[in-house]
Amino acid sequence: MLNPINNLNKLFDSRVRLGILSALMVNDSVNFNELKELLEITDGNLASHMKALEENKVIKVEKGFIGRKTNTTYKITKTGEKMFKAHIDALEKMIQSTK
Amino acid sequence: MEEQQSLETLKDIKRMMERSSRFISLSGLSGISAGVFALLGAWISWPYVYGFKNLFIHPGVPLYNNGNASYSAIFNTWLFWIAAATFVASLISAFIFTSIKSKRQGIPIWGLSAKRLMVQVAIPIVAGGIFLLRLIHFETFGLIAPGCLIFYGLALVNASKYTLDEIKWLGYCELLLGIINLWFVGDGLYFLAIGFGILHIVYGSFMWWKYERNTVGNDDLKS
Repeated sequence: MLNPINNLNKLFDSRVRLGILSALMVNDSVNFNELKELLEITDGNLASHMKALEENKVIKVEKGFIGRKTNTTYKITKTGEKMFKAHIDALEKMIQSTK
Repeated sequence: MEEQQSLETLKDIKRMMERSSRFISLSGLSGISAGVFALLGAWISWPYVYGFKNLFIHPGVPLYNNGNASYSAIFNTWLFWIAAATFVASLISAFIFTSIKSKRQGIPIWGLSAKRLMVQVAIPIVAGGIFLLRLIHFETFGLIAPGCLIFYGLALVNASKYTLDEIKWLGYCELLLGIINLWFVGDGLYFLAIGFGILHIVYGSFMWWKYERNTVGNDDLKS
């Protein structure tokens, strides 16, 4: 039997990253400041997580402007959605297997 | 132990999905206070609606203009100003209770989810408002109360996707009440009092009981 732990994605092994992904799953796009407010973390902390997620093609970044201010918005990619769903399934299986 | 951890993580995910997509700080007390003001407004309006007091502030001003009631005539009625005062008082009190709750939850009251909720509520309300203005223009006064209830009901049903889901039941009740009112057009004020007064109080009490009862001292309502 396959150990469900193998299906848990190392990339999502942090509360912040799970929070980011959860927000992106239920919203078309979320911008940097909204994510920061939601997760209550610092700019630097959020930026480093976003960079890691972007490098792994889990999210895509769009840079734009509102007036003169930069506005960075994030969306989840198709691959990201699949990875996140697989991660949740794995979590669920872990709970069931111990019952 | 691992099982416990996975469960916590899943709960975290669910909470974050809700927090980022729904405005969950709408307080039950907001509903109760809006309902109380609505009943008060209905009580003050009653003698004007049923002819015991003069409806017009300046009785001499002509009501008609080219055969139709003019819009400026609306401002010359006590009813308009009572309705406006009721609306403003309800809105302010609702805002106060909701901002207290959002502060306690640590959620910004003017965040992404609140903005989205406002837009979704505004769409049926603005469309309804324009529709009602035209009804007044054509002097179909009996349809104003059912119109208010129906459009408000639609706004709440629409809002339920962006805030606590239970609000859709309040929306369905308002819709039903508005539709019934279409067959009792002379009794609009009573229907408004039930829809905006009693239903709000019932809904607000239920929501307070369900979500907020444990977060504040139980003495809050008794005193």
